[in-house]
Amino acid sequence: MSVTTYHPGTSWLHAVPAGPKLLGLALAVTGVLLTSHVAVVGTELAITALLYPATRMPFRLLWRNTRVLLPFLALVVAFQLLTATWQKSLVIGGQLLIVVLLAGLVTATTKVSTMLVLFERLARPLARVGVSPRRVALVLALTIRCIPLVASAWHTSSDAYRARGMRRTSWRVVVPVIVRLLRSAEALGEAITARGVAVDQPVSRHDQR
Amino acid sequence: MSTPADPVNDRAGADPAPDTEPTASRIGLLPRDLALIALFAALIAVLGLPGSFALFGSAVPITAQSLGVMLAGSILGAKRGMLAVLTLLVLVAAGLPLLPGGRGGIGVFVGPTGGYLIGWLLGAFVIGVLVTKVTGRTRLPGLILANVLGGIVAIYAIGIPVTAWRVDSGLLATIVSSLQFLPGDAIKVVLSALITAAVHRAYPIPAAGRRSGER
Repeated sequence: MSVTTYHPGTSWLHAVPAGPKLLGLALAVTGVLLTSHVAVVGTELAITALLYPATRMPFRLLWRNTRVLLPFLALVVAFQLLTATWQKSLVIGGQLLIVVLLAGLVTATTKVSTMLVLFERLARPLARVGVSPRRVALVLALTIRCIPLVASAWHTSSDAYRARGMRRTSWRVVVPVIVRLLRSAEALGEAITARGVAVDQPVSRHDQR
Repeated sequence: MSTPADPVNDRAGADPAPDTEPTASRIGLLPRDLALIALFAALIAVLGLPGSFALFGSAVPITAQSLGVMLAGSILGAKRGMLAVLTLLVLVAAGLPLLPGGRGGIGVFVGPTGGYLIGWLLGAFVIGVLVTKVTGRTRLPGLILANVLGGIVAIYAIGIPVTAWRVDSGLLATIVSSLQFLPGDAIKVVLSALITAAVHRAYPIPAAGRRSGER
């Protein structure tokens, strides 16, 4: 979990605010998908690849972003070679790669927290239909906090299962984990209420026992 | 404290008066529901971690992440299930490596199989809607059908066309989904139904926007 897709740095792209960067990505992706000449796509791919050293990204990041797509890319290019022209196969493969590399560059130069702040700001108009921005922020933060909790509940359950002599993990391991999640949701909900974070209206009486 | 054998007092303790219900937001979610959304988003993330769930030993390397999507819809229902998936996707888009193989960021959405991630939203929603229609929620055939329609049909209904558009071939997109995703998903549909039935038997799952004990 220590791996993040963010790559710290001080390049010009790091300095661009997240909003314009995302907008730029959207425009660039649209532009790339609209071009269909093999020479143009080739040029776009070269520019995209050069953007990595231009933002002082290490070569292995470029390679890593390419590698995850390679098996799929090989399949697509081979398939199009068999059913269509070589130009079309290169254009489609090139477009797939460019788009993923560009998006990877945006993610690598933007902190997760910065991106989340942008998303929360973009979600603000939803307040009109009853989506509280505070609740959105709360759920996002709570999820990040819950991942290690759920992971440890998972390991506890599968350890207990194995301790009882069952050799292979089975779907039955999941049941106590989920029951535990449902239980802890009650306690978490009360903790949220007690802090007044997610309450839109005043609570008249705290029920139960 | 009431004696445990006293059903009247127990009932009164678990069932608050109707006028003490002001904490639900306008979209009908209690703080408890927010916690459920976060916990299930976390569960989907954990199911994507390597080695979390080796189905048949480690012979079949399928990731269990879409099982988490199916479980969110089956157990939390349409609204909270879809919001749990949305929460995970927002965190992924922000750059957290929560998809299998430590993938994350915007790239996975604009990639050739990004449509399946969007399909997860519809899938969890469809499962949630159908599961509430199953009379007697521990009945397996109904749960399996709900998971097939939501967990496979709905997800593929978005995933395949997006892939087809990006690779400019409907045939190739269909081949990819039937080879890469279908075998695992068929197993996960059954698992999700089994797990949901067992959870329903073990613990009363609270409905969205309702206090525990309320019907």
